[in-house]
Amino acid sequence: MTIRIEPRRSSPVAPSPVAPDALIVPPGRIAPGRARVGPLRREGPAKLTGEAKYADDLVFPGAWFGATIRSTEAHARFVALDLDEAFDWNQVVVVTAADIPGENIVSLISDDQPILVPVGGEIQHHAEPLALLAAPDRATLRAAKAAVQVRTEKLDALFDPTASEHVFAHYELRKGELEAGFAAADVILEGTYRVGHQEQLYIENNAMIGVPREDGGVAVHGSLQCPYYVHKALKRALNLNDTQAQVVQAETGGGFGGKEEYPSIIGLHAALLALKCKKPVRMIYDRHEDLSATTKRHPAIVTHRTGMKKNGTLVAQDIEVVMDGGAYCTLTPVVLSRGAIHAGGPYRCPNVRIRARATRTNTPPNGAFRGFGAPQVEFAAETHLNRLAERMGLSPLEVRRRNVYQPGDETPTGQILRGSVAGEEVLERAAEAAEFERIRERTGRARAERAGSGTITMGPLLTTSARTATGIGLAMAWHGAGFTGSGEVKLASVASVELTSDARIRILTASTEMGQGTKTIFPQLVAKELGVSDDAVEIAPQDTAIVPDSGPTVASRTAMVVGGLLIKAARRLREIVEAETDGPFAETFDAFAAARGTLRIDERFEPYPGVEFDDETYRGDAYPAFGWAACVAEVDVDLDSGEVVVKDVVAVDDVGRVIHPVLAEGQVEGGTLQAIGYATIEEIKLQDGRYLNDRLATYIIPTSLDAPRITSILVEAPFDGAPHGAKGVGELPMDVGAPAVVAAIHDATDAWVTELPATPERIIAALTGTAEPAGEGEDTTRAIEKPVVDGTDPRPEAATDPQPFRAPVDPEDRT
Amino acid sequence: MTAYRLLVNGAPVEVNVPGMRRLLDVLREDLGLTGTKEGCGEGECGACSVILDGQVVDACLVPICQVDGSVVRTVEGLARRRGARPAIADDLDDLQRAFLETGGAQCGICTPGMLMAARAYLDAGGGPDEDAIREAIAGNLCRCTGYTKIIEAIALAAGGVA
Repeated sequence: MTIRIEPRRSSPVAPSPVAPDALIVPPGRIAPGRARVGPLRREGPAKLTGEAKYADDLVFPGAWFGATIRSTEAHARFVALDLDEAFDWNQVVVVTAADIPGENIVSLISDDQPILVPVGGEIQHHAEPLALLAAPDRATLRAAKAAVQVRTEKLDALFDPTASEHVFAHYELRKGELEAGFAAADVILEGTYRVGHQEQLYIENNAMIGVPREDGGVAVHGSLQCPYYVHKALKRALNLNDTQAQVVQAETGGGFGGKEEYPSIIGLHAALLALKCKKPVRMIYDRHEDLSATTKRHPAIVTHRTGMKKNGTLVAQDIEVVMDGGAYCTLTPVVLSRGAIHAGGPYRCPNVRIRARATRTNTPPNGAFRGFGAPQVEFAAETHLNRLAERMGLSPLEVRRRNVYQPGDETPTGQILRGSVAGEEVLERAAEAAEFERIRERTGRARAERAGSGTITMGPLLTTSARTATGIGLAMAWHGAGFTGSGEVKLASVASVELTSDARIRILTASTEMGQGTKTIFPQLVAKELGVSDDAVEIAPQDTAIVPDSGPTVASRTAMVVGGLLIKAARRLREIVEAETDGPFAETFDAFAAARGTLRIDERFEPYPGVEFDDETYRGDAYPAFGWAACVAEVDVDLDSGEVVVKDVVAVDDVGRVIHPVLAEGQVEGGTLQAIGYATIEEIKLQDGRYLNDRLATYIIPTSLDAPRITSILVEAPFDGAPHGAKGVGELPMDVGAPAVVAAIHDATDAWVTELPATPERIIAALTGTAEPAGEGEDTTRAIEKPVVDGTDPRPEAATDPQPFRAPVDPEDRT
Repeated sequence: MTAYRLLVNGAPVEVNVPGMRRLLDVLREDLGLTGTKEGCGEGECGACSVILDGQVVDACLVPICQVDGSVVRTVEGLARRRGARPAIADDLDDLQRAFLETGGAQCGICTPGMLMAARAYLDAGGGPDEDAIREAIAGNLCRCTGYTKIIEAIALAAGGVA
């Protein structure tokens, strides 16, 4: 269902005007065939018939198979690579750091991650790549792998992010006077919340194929989100020019952020092998390698100290966020930045301090994952607010009504929220659709009747129905649309629309399709602007030899930012054609093209009007706009086993403008289920810095039997800086599901789970009172006298990221 | 090396391969049928689901020596036959069409396996009942959709509204 609301609407929630073309589907009902309101997914037939070519489906005649030799120590000196003399090494190719022609660096934010650790260098995590092998067939490759011995000298490893003094990034946001805020509070509550790793678990593993080019360069075909990230990495490490380095996206079987960073290093590995053996080399990870060696969502520890007035309004928030960056910087500073900005939740508070840091540990690097730092902090903020509401005797709905951002409010970075503020709208819509207060009253009654009956804490086994407690939970979230701060300005993306001499209309962008529907919505936007049918607009392949750099396919920016550029480019194309032909574009572009030849319009990103951010002070408009989400979850909890079944979820998301309702709902539903997995079952266990459950048999994600019924309601509060009003949809639902589930578990059981995932073990511990207390102030209703201290959290020496952690490179190695 | 005969999507094929070669590899590499995907190689994800003598199986767990003489159906066998041109919506069977219309395929990597599990369910007389559909595809992981639109698609193909 889509609800369209007017921009800059400031009156509190009244029934929203519904646009004539909005979809009205009663909550909980499914209306098949809704794609009629948008075009069918463009690459759908190829995906549904098995014709679509994913990386491992591509055939390159004569291709060899590649493999990676990794460390098995979390922290060690790489002493030597011993090749068994009994093995015939002439039949294979071995690549070490010495074979890298350019810099031995995976180019991202900080130059700290080597492509391969050189002999003598320092190994920083247990899956660190040390050498590469390629062989003409899998059997030879296996034999070669078995003939390689890695010699290392073990070093002390560090796994506790709070104990690490190596700080990748640190941010401090301040607003108002914290001391005064706490002094004015009637209640102060503290709490500490923890979240662990989460794996993206795209069903297609990472896969890259390196193919030597005739000009001495290399083409890399693979599963990836950001062609130009890989392109940049290839150029730098292999000393190639823009043409010699070529990156081509294959059909990509899911990314979720997990194919943002690592395709660069895996692509480099494939390219190095291909250049050395002068044949295409397939570097196709199996699930075990993908799980054990590639990035995860950052674990985090978030501590809140919050002051509230008797009337239920927030008056002070002191928040500390510590994220575990893993062994290398990757995109951690950007993840942390989003985490810091979102840490307070979508609530007005006059006095705020947010301190956030990310540190290094000897575990595989953590990186991008849908939500990008926000799900961690929003779980903490929402759970903490729910605990405060409980203390104040307010319902979770009421406490949010009193604090949710309204137009004109100021965020912790000093951003004044102007248009497109829909927090209250999504909140009321979710509560209404899920009948939140009515069901909560019922679950509360059931809880009160059950209390004291002895069935909660380890009583005798009862029937299933008597053991099962039902609960309902509410949470909300905000999510900054597009890149943080001046990110888009620095990126200066280019997207193009071309009218070819044979009268074809082509879209040229590097924005990748990985399930979201890029290839469907882009032609929709351009066709609408040009007044032609969707089918008349083609999409050029995501190949760096063909398309301009429209930026990475991340941060829910594709529809909003790149879609906006395409609309502007199409508008210019139309104006040029119509000015010359004096007729409507749709009727005259054939003649124009025949007469004038190919015309390509490149549209470069221009800052959104009135949006300014200062990177030095971290003040200003952190995002051009925010998306808003609310989620209500209903759960059953088995009071004896601690097992949770998430039964129903209502997800309400404001995405600015819905371009394609079916695709947008698909984003909401998929993101919601990932959040439920995060809340309940997805967990990485570590031992000595190694993931113990690094197989799909042991890292589990929700199946169709674990998935709740999800009702998605789309709200439209358009962003007036983008020509189409879209704000992005991909990440928003990921932020809000987990705290809603944890709130529902509390509603069912009276127990707060403060660490994700809420496993049966943690729920039983919370039920029986054996869990660690969530923090000081648990039982304090008066303010805790505690001075606000500045600057006690570890920070990096320099404001920007230092780069001392490159593995030492022996100059001899380079020859 | 041994010769094995199969009926794949209605066509007789013979492959000369080691007996322990996985059916998945025979399909993908020896027969060039890359529609069937590998997600985990250990029977957890269902991306390699094919219909073997009427039953849904994970092709990564089946050695070719066990299935000599069997009838195998893969995603390539669902749509109407056509020439060399790329598939279009009109080629699709009712189940594929329902996936396309409801948004049941996003990234598409689980889709072939999901379609085969659904096809076997429908062929066995399965109807539009939501719980039964959830059970039928419980061996097939999808990370994109939350399953909502997949269930909707199968219900639609089963002739009803979930």
